[in-house]
Amino acid sequence: MKYIKFIITLVLTLVTFYGLNTKFGSIPPIGKFLDPVAGVWQNDTDEIIDGNVSIDGLLAPVTIHYDEQLIPHIFAQNDTDLYKAQGYITAKHRLWQMEFQTHAAAGRLSEIVGESALNYDRQERRRGMGYGAEKALEVMQQDPELISYLEAYRDGVNSYINSLNPKILPVEYKLLDYKPEPWTIKKTALLLMYMTKMLAGGDEDLEYTNLLRKFGKDRFDLLFPDFFDVNDPIIPKETDWSYIDVERTETPQSELPLDTIRETIQKPNPDNGSNNWAVSGAKSTTGNPIMANDPHLGLNLPSIWFVMQLSTPEYNAMGATLPGALGVISGFNNHIAWGETNATRDVLDWYKIEFKDASRTQYRHDNQWKNTSVRVEEIKVKGAATVLDSVIYTHHGPVTYDHTFKSDNPKAGYALQWIGLTGGNNQRPFLALNKSKHYDDYVKALKSYTAPAQNFVFASTEGDIAIWIQGLFPNKWKGQGKFLMDGTNPEHDWQSFIPQEFNAHVKNPERGFVSSANQHPVDESYPFYVFNDGYEIYRNRVINDFFRSKEKFSVNDFKDLHNNNYNLKAAELLPHMIKSMDVSTLTSEELEIFNQVKTWDFNNDIDQIGPSVWTAWWSKLYSMIWDELDSEDEVLTTPYAYQAIYLLKNHPTDPFMDILDTPEKETAKDLFLLAFKDAAKALTEWKAKNGTYNWQAYKATRVGHLLQALPAFSRFDLPIGGDRNIVNATSSTHGPSWRMIVEMSSPPKALGIYPGGQSGNPGSTYYDNFIDDWAVGNYHELLFMQNDATTDQIMSTQTLTPTH
Amino acid sequence: MKTNFINFIVTILLAVILSQFLPWWSVMVAGFVSALFFSLKKSAVFFIPFLAIFLFWTVYAFIVSNANDFTLAKKIAVLLSLGKNPYVLLLVTGLVGGLAAGIAALLGKQCSTLVKPQ
Repeated sequence: MKYIKFIITLVLTLVTFYGLNTKFGSIPPIGKFLDPVAGVWQNDTDEIIDGNVSIDGLLAPVTIHYDEQLIPHIFAQNDTDLYKAQGYITAKHRLWQMEFQTHAAAGRLSEIVGESALNYDRQERRRGMGYGAEKALEVMQQDPELISYLEAYRDGVNSYINSLNPKILPVEYKLLDYKPEPWTIKKTALLLMYMTKMLAGGDEDLEYTNLLRKFGKDRFDLLFPDFFDVNDPIIPKETDWSYIDVERTETPQSELPLDTIRETIQKPNPDNGSNNWAVSGAKSTTGNPIMANDPHLGLNLPSIWFVMQLSTPEYNAMGATLPGALGVISGFNNHIAWGETNATRDVLDWYKIEFKDASRTQYRHDNQWKNTSVRVEEIKVKGAATVLDSVIYTHHGPVTYDHTFKSDNPKAGYALQWIGLTGGNNQRPFLALNKSKHYDDYVKALKSYTAPAQNFVFASTEGDIAIWIQGLFPNKWKGQGKFLMDGTNPEHDWQSFIPQEFNAHVKNPERGFVSSANQHPVDESYPFYVFNDGYEIYRNRVINDFFRSKEKFSVNDFKDLHNNNYNLKAAELLPHMIKSMDVSTLTSEELEIFNQVKTWDFNNDIDQIGPSVWTAWWSKLYSMIWDELDSEDEVLTTPYAYQAIYLLKNHPTDPFMDILDTPEKETAKDLFLLAFKDAAKALTEWKAKNGTYNWQAYKATRVGHLLQALPAFSRFDLPIGGDRNIVNATSSTHGPSWRMIVEMSSPPKALGIYPGGQSGNPGSTYYDNFIDDWAVGNYHELLFMQNDATTDQIMSTQTLTPTH
Repeated sequence: MKTNFINFIVTILLAVILSQFLPWWSVMVAGFVSALFFSLKKSAVFFIPFLAIFLFWTVYAFIVSNANDFTLAKKIAVLLSLGKNPYVLLLVTGLVGGLAAGIAALLGKQCSTLVKPQ
C-alpha cells in the first residue's frame, strides 16, 4: 500500500513540476512565471540608474546622465567607447525588442513562437533577408573603422546580456520562455535590412502583370499612370536638369512575360511614410532655419525609436536612434539637423526564370545556360523539427517563387532583383551625418548611402537648407520594372545606376523652404525614368500650400502643421458626391447621417462625426468601383485613391463604374448613392454596437506591442485625429512614430516626442509615458547638454568604467 | 499542533533560503524536505506547506509590486485573463506556489513513511 501511495505522490509531484515549468500554447510556464523571487513580479520595477558599472574593453570612463524623460546623454572620450556605451545602454532598455526585430528580419521567429511563424520565416528568407545582410557586411568590411564600431556596439550589448540574471530578464523572455543570445555585427546589418524591407521592399509588379494581361495597355495606363494630373514634387518643378550628361537607358524592343500569378509575398504596409520640411532663415520668424521630421511607421511598443544624446569631445549629436543600429538616425548636432522621409522608388523587380530541367542547376540567360547556386536556409522551429528550405539564386537574385513556394512549375520561377540585396554600407552615412558641420559634410556623408532610399532634409546653423533624394537607383528604360520581366533577356537586366551626383536634390531654393512627404520626387523633366510606384499626393500639397501661404514661420507653425488634420482627399471628392446625390430616396435615418457629413469642414478631428461618415462612404465606394478587380484566381491590386477620384470625376460612365453583380449599368452617380446607403447601414450597426461614431472612436488608434499587439502591453483608442493621406498621418495602426522640430540657433533648440516611452519594460512608468502627450499634439523640449558637468534637469547619473 | 507550526516555519525558511540559489521549484524542495523531517498528519500534510508558500509568495510579490504601484501586475492580470485586478494575480500566485509545495510535501511524507519503520 505504501509503495502505491509513494508512486502516486511521485507521479503527482512530477506532473505538477512539469505542468508549472512548461509553456502551453500562449500560457507561460506558470510556476516559473509567477515566482515572485525570479519571475515576472521582479520586472514590476521602475528604472533607477546610477552608480558605476565596469565594462570590459572601455578605453576611458563614460558618463551617462539620464534626464527626466529617461533619455540617456552619453559622454564618451572617443568613438569606440561611445558606440560601446550606446550598445550597452540601448540593450539595457530595449534588449528584447532588438533581438526580436532582428530575428524577424532574419526569418527566425519560428525559433521563438513555433510552427505558426514558419510561413513568415520562409518568406523572409526567400526574399533574401539573411543573404542581403551578409552582402551588406561584405561591403562594410571595406571600412575597417566602421567594423570596429559595430564590434564595439556588439560588445556593449553583450556586456549587458552577460550581466543579466533570471530576475531582470525582460518580461517577454519570461512570457515566451527563452533566453537572449549574444549580439553580433550581423544583427546590426539585419536591422538595416529590416528597415530596407519596411521602406524599400514594396512593389506591385506581379499584380500589374496580371492587370496588364487582363485589361490591356490602354486600360492599365488609365488606372496606373506614371504621373497623376497634379504633381507638386519634392524638387521644385522649375529645376534645370541640363547639367545631367547621362542618358536614360534606351528601351529595348522586347516582349514581357504575361504570366498569371496567383499569390504574392507579404508587402510592407502602404501607410509607412513620412513628412519632413525646413524653412530658410529668411522665412523663419527668428531668422534661424527651422527643420521638422515625422516618420510614419507602425505604432508599436516598445517604440521603433530610442532617443539619445551621443557626445565625444569632437561632436555632440542628439535625436532618435534605432535600437540595433549605431548613431542618431533622425536628429541634430551643434551645427546641423537632418531627418528622413521614404523616397518610395522602384528598386525591386521580378524576372521570370527558365530552368534547363527540374534539377534547376542551370537557367537560360543571353542564349546560354548559366549555373544557379543554392542557399540552404535552416529554419529552427520551437517544439518541432528543423525545416530546410533550398533557395535557388541566379545573377538577378533569389528565385523567391518556385514550385515549393506559391507557384507550381518545376522548370520556372520568379527571381527577385532588389537593391536590398546588392550590399551597401548604410551605417557609415549616419555616423558621418552625426559629425557633419556644413552642407558639404552632409553631401559627402550621403554619397555612399544605397538603401532604403530616403529624402534627407537638412538645415544648418550657417543658414543652409537642402534636401537630397539619396539611394542607389537603377537607370531604367521607360517602363522597366513596372511588370514581370524576361529573365532570359539581358536587355531586361538593370543596365547601370544613376550616377550619385545626378540624384535629385535642391539647396537653398528661392521659395525659401524644402519639403517631402513621399510624393513624386521630380516632374517629367527629370531625365531618368521615375514612375509612380506608390507616391503620396495629398500631404505634400497641404504642406507646400501651407509654406506658400505666408512670409514667415515659427516653431508653433511647425507644431500646427504636424498636427494638421485637413483631409484634402475628402475635400476634393466629397462636395462633388454631395452635389450629385439624389436625397429624395434617403430614409430619415440616412438623411441625418447625410447631413452630418454635409456640414463637415474636412478636418479629421477626434470629436467630429464627418470624418467617420466620409471614411465609411469612401471605403464602400472604393470597393464598388473596383469589383472588377476582385479575383480569387489571380492576384490583382486596385488603383491609388487619387486616380480613383480622378475617374469618378472625369470618367463617370467608365465601364469600371458598373457593378458586375447587378443587371443595371451603374455610373459614378449611382455608386455614390449605393455606397452611401451601405455606409449608413454600416454606421448604424456600428453605433448600435459601440456607441457614438465620432472620429476618435471610429478610427480607434492604438499603439500595439510588437507581439501581435498583445492587449495587456498595448494602448488603445487614443485621442488623436488625422488619418492616412493627412499631414497628421495617424491611421489606426500607423502614424507619426517620432515628431521632431529643430530650430537652428547656436546651439540648436529641439522638440521631440514619440508614441511610446524610453523603457522597453511594460512594468516601467517610462514604458508608454509619452503617448498621452503625443496624442494631443504636445512636445517635449529635448535637453541638449553642452557638456557633462551640468546637473540641471538630470535625474540620475551612471558611470561606465573600464575593467582593470 | 506544535509540529504543524514547526513544519510551517521550516518550510518558509527553507523556501526563502533555497530561492536565493534555485529556480522557482525551490518551493517544492522546501515542501518536500520539511515533510521528510517534520511529518504531519492527514490534510495538514498538504495544507501546512501550502499555506506557508502561499504566504511567502503572496507577501513577497506584494512587497515587490506594491513598491511600483502594481504597474506590471495590472498588465499581467490582463494578460492572464484575470481582469485588471492585481490582487487576483497575487491570489493566483499564492495558489500556484502553495500547490507546488503541498504536492511535493505529499511525496516527502510518503518517502519518510518508506524509510522509517512503522
